[in-house]
Formats: sequence, C-alpha cells, structure tokens
Amino acid sequence: MKKTAKRSKPAQILRKEAQLHLMVLPAVLLVLIFSYFPLYGLKIAFQRFLPAKGLFGSQRFVGLDNFKYVLSLPNFLPVLRNTFIIAGAKIVLNLLVPVTVALMLNEVNSSRIKRPIQTIIYFPHFLSWIIFGGILIDLLSPSSGIVNKIITALGGKAVYFLGDNRYFRGTVILTDVWKNFGYGTIVYLAAITGIDVTLYEAAQIDGANRWQQTWHVTLPGIRMTVVLMMVLALGRVLNAGFDQLYNLCKPIVYESGDILDTFVYRLGLENGSFGPATAVGLFRSVVSLVFISTAYAVAYKWFDYRLF
Amino acid sequence: MTGNTARKKRYVNPGRIAFQSVNITLLVLLAAICLLPFIHVIAVSLSNNAYIDAGMITFWPMGTNVQSYGYLLDKAAFWNAFRMSVFRLVLGTAINLILLCLTAYPLSKPKGKFHGRTFYAWFFFVTMLVNGGLIPNYMVVSTLKLRNTIWALVLPTAVQVYDLILMLNFFRQVPGELEDAALIDGASHFRTMLEIYVPVSMPAIATMTLFCMVYHWNQWFDGMLYMDNVNLRPLQTFLRQTLIGQDYTFADGDEIAAFAEINDRSLRCAQIIIATIPILCSYPFLQRYFVKGIIVGSVKG
Repeated sequence: MKKTAKRSKPAQILRKEAQLHLMVLPAVLLVLIFSYFPLYGLKIAFQRFLPAKGLFGSQRFVGLDNFKYVLSLPNFLPVLRNTFIIAGAKIVLNLLVPVTVALMLNEVNSSRIKRPIQTIIYFPHFLSWIIFGGILIDLLSPSSGIVNKIITALGGKAVYFLGDNRYFRGTVILTDVWKNFGYGTIVYLAAITGIDVTLYEAAQIDGANRWQQTWHVTLPGIRMTVVLMMVLALGRVLNAGFDQLYNLCKPIVYESGDILDTFVYRLGLENGSFGPATAVGLFRSVVSLVFISTAYAVAYKWFDYRLF
Repeated sequence: MTGNTARKKRYVNPGRIAFQSVNITLLVLLAAICLLPFIHVIAVSLSNNAYIDAGMITFWPMGTNVQSYGYLLDKAAFWNAFRMSVFRLVLGTAINLILLCLTAYPLSKPKGKFHGRTFYAWFFFVTMLVNGGLIPNYMVVSTLKLRNTIWALVLPTAVQVYDLILMLNFFRQVPGELEDAALIDGASHFRTMLEIYVPVSMPAIATMTLFCMVYHWNQWFDGMLYMDNVNLRPLQTFLRQTLIGQDYTFADGDEIAAFAEINDRSLRCAQIIIATIPILCSYPFLQRYFVKGIIVGSVKG
C-alpha cells in the first residue's frame, strides 16, 4: 500500500501541475533556442568555420588554432588593455558619482527643488547610444560643436575629443557617467530613505552636526547597498560598453578606444573570421562568468541578496 | 523625508545656509549639464542655416523655422524606419508581456505547489550568467532563416529574464487566498492568472510595459545585424547611418559626397528630437514606474 502510494506520487504531481508546466513552455522553448543554442554554437571557436555550411554542417576541428591566431594579432593586447581601463573606470565612477549626488540630493529639504533636479538627471539614461552619441558628436565637433566654441571663445585651442587618442578614453568614460549617474542615484536615495529616523535623532542628542550625521549615520546606513552595487558591478569587468564605443570609436582612435566587443564584431562580421571572433567571445564569456558568478555568490552569502 | 524635516529645524545657522546654497548650486549645475545639450539640439533644429554655420546658436533658435522638420516629413525612408520601430515595439512588447505573465505565474508559486520551480528558475537564471556571444547568436538567427524578418528582432528578445524576476516578485505579493478560492471554484491556472493575478498586478504590468517599450524603441544593433534590407531597419538603426555614420568635419571627400544630402546639422538635430519625442511623452510614467521597478529589483527586502 505504502509502496504504490510512493510510486504514483511523481505522476500525480506531474498531472496536477501539468498546466503550470505548459505555461512555462513557450518561454522555455524560446530561451532554449535563442540562449542555449548559441552556447552550443561556441564550438565555432574550435573550428575552421565556413558560414556557408551552417551551424550544423561538418566543419573542420582545429583545436586551439583560433586562440593562437588571436593572440598573435598585434592589436589583441591593446584591445584587452583598453577594455580593462575603460570598464574599470566606469565601474568606479558609476559608483562614486551616484553615491555623492544621492548624498547631495538628500541634503536638499525642499522637494520643489529636489524633484525637478531628479527628473532632469534621470532623463539621459533613457536615450539610446545612437541618440546620445549623435548629440555628443554634434556638441563635441571640433569645428562646429558648442563645447569647442566655448573653449575657443575662452582663448583655448579646439579639442577633437572623439578623434584624439589623448582625450578619447576620458571622453568616453565621462560621457558614460554623464548619461547614467542620475539614474544610478535612485538606488542610493531609496537606501537613504530606509534609514531609521531615530538614529539621526540620537546623533543630534549626542551633539553631532550635519557632517558628522552624514559620516556616522547616512554613510554606514547605505554601506550595504553601496557594497552590493559594487559587487554586482564587478560582473561588468570586461563589458566596456559596446553600444557607446561602437558608435563613437572611429579608426583614428582605435589605439585608445577599441574594446573586446567592437574587436569581435569587426573580426567576425566585417572580416568574416567567425572562428577567431568566437574564440575571443568565448574568452570574454568565460572571464565574465567567473566574475559574475563570484559577484552573485558574494552578494548571496554576505548581503543576503536574492534574485528570486 | 520625515528625517529631513525633523533635522531641518535644529540647524538653521549661517554655515548651514552657506552649505545649502553651494549644494543646491552644484546640483542645479549638474541638472543643467543634463538638460542644456537637449535645449541646444532643439535650438539648432529650429534655426536658420546661416546662423548655424556661423556658430551663433546656443540655447535659443535664431531665424526660427521648421524647414528641417518639413524636409523630414517628406523623407519616406525616415518614416518607413519610424513605422518599423513602432511595429517592432508593439509586437515585441506584446510578446514580452504575454510571456512574462505566463512564465512569472508558475514561478511565483512556492516550491510545494510547483515542483518544477527550482529547475525552471535556474534554467532562466543561467542565461544571465553566460551567453554565446555575438557570432553564435548571429549564426542561430541565420540558421533559422529569420534574417530580414521582424522575428529576428522580437524573438531573440522575447524572454527578458531580469523583467521576469521582477514580475515574479510582484506576483508573489498577490494574496494566496485569492488563488486558492479561484482554484476551488474550478478555475484553471490559466484563468486564475488572467482573471486574478493580471488585474491586481496592473501597476506591475504597467512598469513592465514601459521597460519593454523603452527597450525595443532603443534597440539598434539587432536591426543592423539581422536586417540586410535597409527598408526593414528600425529608426535607431536608420539613425545610426545619419547621425553616427559620418562626422563630416573630418571625413574625406568621398564621404562628404556620399552624405551631401544630409550634411546639415539642423536636419540631424531634428531627427534626434523626433526620435526622442516618444521617450519624452512617456517620461512622466517612466520616471514613476522605473523608480519603483528598480527599487523592487535591487534593494528589496
């Protein structure tokens, strides 16, 4: 009796939950096709891949040749360096600037001043890099851009921000911060709102002034959020921002602005070297996987961060 | 908020006032840095060519006219791309939302009520950690012969895992008694979702709709990658050619000739403005719901 009950249990459960499985099915199929199939496609990294034969055609296995080929390319290491520098600077600044601005916003008592400022600084985040890039190209143009008009009016020399290797990286990093800092403050403002009011009252009774309150109450109060955001940002260590750089980086500034993602694009889809391009992509995926899973594991363990 | 008002009363001293002035000035400057470029772009789009070429436009149009917009109105390619974008946005968002509701409902169940939950949750989560990357994705879409069809734009983007996680967290807040009552009354899970979960989650669904709409409106890379036929490219991809494709001030002669028709700053600025209008119109809602969404997503609990 007991035995039959046990045996029928999984089948019973399955029948009872069949509808639920059916509801998940469309999404599962789509993810299988468009996310898991490409993982199978990573085998291209080990093949002399002829696109005409397709993903399932018989391709020649070449072992690590594609990786060796990529490493022999003279611009691979500079590209890697650019990626790390740009991504690293973005990670740091996209943390520091929003935290600072959130603290500044928190000091504004009048919501009649605070709200419009928030509304305006969130806005650039919602534009694509095509639109924002188009605006930047216009603003920063050495001949007609308003920024250089101001610089020359003040007696300086026009700067080709997007076409000079000395300035390009800085321009890319700062414009990224410009686009995203406002949006980044949302999380920290929410964290500040969540701080227990009685802590401030206690600090005041102890004679703490505003700076001391900010230093000893507000900052410790959002510490967890800041560290959590930092940990999650580490997953982007090889993600220097394809959308931005593909649109802003011209051949004259490849030396300082060519990154892994743009490199893969040109190698694969412009030169047709599918194998080597996939090899670089695989390298990037593996490194990112290590960083992202470490980040999630740390966030899970130390900060009780639960995605679902 | 209450903390601020409580603190405000005690510390009204000269130092505080000085700090407040500096602080607010800095913040206003930051806001100006975000706002003025758009004002400048609007001003250029509405100005007369002579003033633009003379570099006299700052934040107010001179020789005001709507010629650039008039020219754009006649430009079939621009509106064709605009229509493609709208089509993609409507179809893509509809698919996103249907899949979000269908998938988030079972996944929001506790493990005891849906035994496959953990497996499926990991199945979706893994795709946030690894992806095949550019070439394999491209090959899959090519192999399925989806290139030059709208499906290349809406199917690979159909399941938004991050949104799915937000959605299932919203669904979890629906009281379980509602569901039990419906199921006892003999309603199927599908009907329970449709008639109970969806109506009570309307604010969440509004948030998701906006997330998906902005996502689709701003996507440009897949349009470039999968649409060889330029007539099928959505607006952002189209604009890449006209806004980014050339910086004619430093381009060589050939390029200037190729872009002669559009080497007009005012025209480019007008295109920027038209492409931004849909975002501007939805911005009041965006701000409200995005803020809510991002807070639920990142610092819940």
